[in-house]
Amino acid sequence: MTTISERAEAPGSNAAHGRRNRIARNLGPRNRTMRKRTRNWSTLGRVLLLLIATVLVLGPVLWTLSTSLRPPAESFQLPPSFLPLEPDFTSYQQVFKQLNIMLLVLNSALVTGLIAVGQMATAALAGYAFANLRFRGRQALFSIVLATMMVPAQVTIVPIFMLIRGMGLSDTLLALILPAIPTAFGTFLMRQYFLGLPADLGEAAAIDGASPWRTFRSVYAPLAMPGLAIVGILAFNYHWNEFFRPLILTISEQNFTLPLGLVSLQGNLGTGSISVVLAGVVLSMIPALVVFLFGQRALQAGLTAGSGK
Amino acid sequence: MSTATSIRPRTRSAAAKDERHPQRWLAWAFLAPTVVGMGLFTLLPIVASLALAFFRWDIISPPTFVGFDNFAEVVQDPTVRVSFLNTIMFVIVAVALQLGVALALAIMVQEKLPAWLRVFFRSAFFFPLILSAASVSIFMRYLFNEQFGVVNWLLSFVGIPAVPWLTTPGGSAAVVILVYVWQNFGFSFLLFIGGLASIPNETYEAAALDGATGLRKHLHVTLPLLSPTTLVASVMAIINALQVFDQPYVLTRGGPGDSTRTAVMVIFESAFQRLEFGQASAIGVILTIIILAITAAQLRLSKRFVFYQ
Repeated sequence: MTTISERAEAPGSNAAHGRRNRIARNLGPRNRTMRKRTRNWSTLGRVLLLLIATVLVLGPVLWTLSTSLRPPAESFQLPPSFLPLEPDFTSYQQVFKQLNIMLLVLNSALVTGLIAVGQMATAALAGYAFANLRFRGRQALFSIVLATMMVPAQVTIVPIFMLIRGMGLSDTLLALILPAIPTAFGTFLMRQYFLGLPADLGEAAAIDGASPWRTFRSVYAPLAMPGLAIVGILAFNYHWNEFFRPLILTISEQNFTLPLGLVSLQGNLGTGSISVVLAGVVLSMIPALVVFLFGQRALQAGLTAGSGK
Repeated sequence: MSTATSIRPRTRSAAAKDERHPQRWLAWAFLAPTVVGMGLFTLLPIVASLALAFFRWDIISPPTFVGFDNFAEVVQDPTVRVSFLNTIMFVIVAVALQLGVALALAIMVQEKLPAWLRVFFRSAFFFPLILSAASVSIFMRYLFNEQFGVVNWLLSFVGIPAVPWLTTPGGSAAVVILVYVWQNFGFSFLLFIGGLASIPNETYEAAALDGATGLRKHLHVTLPLLSPTTLVASVMAIINALQVFDQPYVLTRGGPGDSTRTAVMVIFESAFQRLEFGQASAIGVILTIIILAITAAQLRLSKRFVFYQ
């Protein structure tokens, strides 16, 4: 298109003139329909590519769901099934028999729930202190909190393991919960959130005679609920799915969380009854699915919060 | 009386301004849980891990100081060497793939598209992020099964004979990369979506007037303006990929041979299977140094090469 309009330029016309010509040409009626048609084709191609990507992303999950609903004896037979047309719930009964899945769910829920609540409480308090309260060493302390985010969790696991042993908490659920409660990222997130709230509110409350604690409790904390929800949902999603720490910090099966229990189930069963393992996988996905349906926006906001400045 | 009370606090706070911040006690009370928790479960372990790297300790007998012996042994250990090489190869391939796929899909989603389709694609690509890496690896192991797996079944239609995915070094490495990218590209995708949304529309309009369309538009407008996002996305992807553990542990246990053993797997094995806590810490220190170096490089790069508007 450009070459045509360039060739059509009158000889001797200057550059600015030529450019104006080109603009006029592009706005011409014939050119517009041509552009529209090519755009329609490219949009179609684009949507097609996006649909292929979607199938590649969702296909394995659909296969997992529909295979978990096949009879165990047929579960590894080809052709595979992607849609559960004749659901069979034998595998779900089996997974309750072969795996103490209620206990795993309970452990996971307890660990994840307490970590989420603990992180929300401590992050709200510390974030508020960093954002709205004045004290000596505020900047330095906040820098230290930020710096700890750069050290990978896998590196500190050996000393944490020893510390937990020293505290007499080896192989307990508390060993998973306690070290996960203080959160640098949550503190950072809540500080940003409190900084985004108007300062006049606190000043007005102070003029009305509210103590600093009242100002936090009755003015700022209620307004920070959306930020707290992000911290809670992030914590829930991360710790519900976490594998590395439970693998190291729990020993006996009665303290396993869901991902650990499922991996050990896969190890114990042969490939004959994969639908039983997959039934467990599907059950473990349900809470994550609920978060996905109702908290996706908060989760996306939280996950990308660390990238902006 | 009302005048008296309104004047008195003002004079008192003016006086308190000099004698440091009046809210400091509340501030420290708010910070206490986070400061104590992070001191105990983050800072202390970081220091301990650094110290432990210079000791030989198996928990049973008392630790002995060995200087740099752990580092010397670790650097010469063939398994550790292979694992770090594997990790570096994994990071290069997985991150390139993850960023490439994410960027292409983000550009395709951000261009003209019905709103509901855009929401659908965005949710679909985000979905794997809410699943546990352990669960994903469990069902992916079945999908990549040589005899009964869906992947080989699908490949057979294009005439490709059964690929020994999980029993050969190359196949295993490919599966670990594919499964990792499958689950994590959505994160980079979200970052790119955010970056693309911040490019002003006028820039594209101006580019269109100058005749830039299609691929050229993205090459000369999108990529330069997106470079801050690309830098952040690549550094986050690299740091996460350096710590890969769940996928290779569940998919291959590091095998066959050492072909998919990663740095964090070696930390895990030397600490909790061979009880060489000093060596494990030394490996952890090396990994941390690499991660810190990459973070520092990011800071320098963002000052020099990134194009800011």
